[in-house]
Amino acid sequence: MSAPASTGRAGLNDGLLHTSVWTDELVASSGLPVIDMPFVTVGGGLGSFVMVDYLRIAGVPAGHMRTLTVLDHPWQNYEYLLSASQVTREKRIRSDSSSCLDNIWGFPGYAVRESFGARSVPGFIAPLWNVLTENVLCDYWTPKSGQVFRSMQREADRIGYWGTLDMGRAHITRRRHGGGYFTVLTRPDGNDVIYRSSFVHLAVGYPGLAYLPDLVEYRNRYGDSHRVVNAYEPHEHVYEELNRRGGTVIVRGAGIVASQVLDRLISDRDRLGTDVSIVHLFRTFVEGAHGPSRFLRRRGEHGWAYQGFNWPKSTWGGQDRNRVLRAEGEAREKWLRTLGGTTTPRRKRWQRMLERGRRQGFYRMYVGEVQEVVPGPVGAVVTRLKPGTAGAAPVQLESNFVIDATGLEADIAEHTLLADLLQHSGAERNLLGRLDVDPQFEVRGTRAEPGRLYAVGAATLGGYLAGVDTFLGLQIAALEVCDDLARQGFCRFIGVRRSISQWWKWALARTP
Amino acid sequence: MTSTYFGRVQTRLFTVFTIGLLWTLVLTPFLSLPAGEKYKVTLTTLGWVALLGVVVWEPIWHLLQQFRWEKDWPAMYLLLQAVPEAVLVRVVLDRTLTTAAPVGTGTFALHFATTWLAIYFFVQGPMRVPFLRWRFRGGRIL
Ligand SMILES: Cc1cc2nc3c(=O)[nH]c(=O)nc-3n(C[C@H](O)[C@H](O)[C@H](O)COP(=O)(O)OP(=O)(O)OC[C@H]3O[C@@H](n4cnc5c(N)ncnc54)[C@H](O)[C@@H]3O)c2cc1C
Repeated sequence: MSAPASTGRAGLNDGLLHTSVWTDELVASSGLPVIDMPFVTVGGGLGSFVMVDYLRIAGVPAGHMRTLTVLDHPWQNYEYLLSASQVTREKRIRSDSSSCLDNIWGFPGYAVRESFGARSVPGFIAPLWNVLTENVLCDYWTPKSGQVFRSMQREADRIGYWGTLDMGRAHITRRRHGGGYFTVLTRPDGNDVIYRSSFVHLAVGYPGLAYLPDLVEYRNRYGDSHRVVNAYEPHEHVYEELNRRGGTVIVRGAGIVASQVLDRLISDRDRLGTDVSIVHLFRTFVEGAHGPSRFLRRRGEHGWAYQGFNWPKSTWGGQDRNRVLRAEGEAREKWLRTLGGTTTPRRKRWQRMLERGRRQGFYRMYVGEVQEVVPGPVGAVVTRLKPGTAGAAPVQLESNFVIDATGLEADIAEHTLLADLLQHSGAERNLLGRLDVDPQFEVRGTRAEPGRLYAVGAATLGGYLAGVDTFLGLQIAALEVCDDLARQGFCRFIGVRRSISQWWKWALARTP
Repeated sequence: MTSTYFGRVQTRLFTVFTIGLLWTLVLTPFLSLPAGEKYKVTLTTLGWVALLGVVVWEPIWHLLQQFRWEKDWPAMYLLLQAVPEAVLVRVVLDRTLTTAAPVGTGTFALHFATTWLAIYFFVQGPMRVPFLRWRFRGGRIL
């Protein structure tokens, strides 16, 4: 994951670093160039893109916004993570037809567009039939990642997104005496510039990737990152070696990435006829439907909890969204824990693959907590499970590789800018340890009237919206921010008339 | 869709009296109904779809939705629910509406089904064009 590595801050003097609220004079004394820009968004990934899209549609000229980023195009980091976790452009991702990153209305959805772009009659009918019967007769229809990227490119061209890019890494956002914020950007040439803006939007994605503690221990102690890999990092060598020589691999985790990894392993095994056996290690094994009441029961089987998307569908706009929105403190935390958790979609292909694996014995399941991971005989690692009862001998699993697909995320303080925000700008953590934002995604405690500081994405999990780290969640957040900015007079409110006329422009590919 | 109860009611009333009404106005002259009573029949039908929907059906559909983990209402259900709704409207019309000649089942079905489909296709997508926030608010317009 492209987490911020260096801390830059080259030109920042101590006076600036140790002062929480900066004055114009203090900043001028640093000698760094200052750029006045009403709105900056930090990140330049999907979250920044949809924010700029909304604001353009709400009438803000591209020249009034800057996207501070290290990415050449907004889907760059996302595509990198996808391909590491075995999702190429021809494979389907995990969000529905109307979670359209390139179209704030979600109409026409990806399914209809795929259908009308098809060159055969079955190709035309299949997506439509799928969306008509989804979640009843079949799985949810989901778009191919290639379609998502191509359509984003078109929208980025239309709204003039590329003109908003300023390359570099933003390390610090501090409040400005008199209102607004200063954001320091270290450019690729190493020079710092300071943006003075009324509004700052943080869409920095994942603070970083975290590994299971026992795997960190193993990697540190034995210096081996060849046999123990993370599914979110490139790990092609694992498949190559298994395809060449066969062997045993342990997969940990029970989310969609574990499903994708298993899909890859079993497909390769079928294709090449290799002797690869898979051990799937579950931390908690889901036996069947589970949940606190019959009105809150999620499907599950064979260790997995099943769900179409990362969150139940109504968390993006329905009963579950209201539940989370209306709850405060511990009540909200409890709702998020009930509705959340690791899940995977119940795709027919995966059901069949694993069923065959269980029957033929090349896919075995274990449940337990790992005590330690140690080197085994040449070319092997041994995973020891904590014994079920005191005094019993621990179960030992030997394998050639361990793939960690648990998808743990690092603490927000691992991110330089977020850490600085917590330290200097009055930001606080919510009960899940992430950045505390209000229902409009303003970071609580950081207001510098008349300015506002907003944050979206994974860093804000635990707030008033469950699926913050999803396409639709990023769009909902962008809409909330956009509405809030309309109240500040920064942009127009997207009401019925504006919405219709802007949709026309979208349909005709005209600039907003 | 992932409606709340109030979202269901608002969406139904809005779509029946916009798309449903428009379509009915266009279609009615072509239906084989007693002359002079054509609009009386079709508009009454439409009225019952709205009224029975709000009073009888939406509470039932919403109750059934509670048994679904996702608290969603799949597109297919929205089509299938037309069947019991049509039967009830037909029964009520038979008992309450007096016309010069009886309304044929085929005529009723044609009007009901096409109106339902028009509304169905509208809420599956185009509705989001004027009402950007509608889908994020459980189907509420206000
Ligand atoms: C494997 C995988 C699959 C997923 N699939 C789906 C899916 O199918 N559907 C769905 O809805 N969601 C999905 N998600 C979740 C989510 O939609 C994506 O992770 C999405 O990319 C999040 O967007 P973002 O803007 O928050 O982060 P990103 O797109 O990652 O963008 C944030 C960017 O900010 C940059 N950055 C960070 N700090 C700084 C800084 N200080 N200065 C400048 N730039 C900085 C980083 O380089 C990063 O690239 C998936 C996530 C993963 C990991």
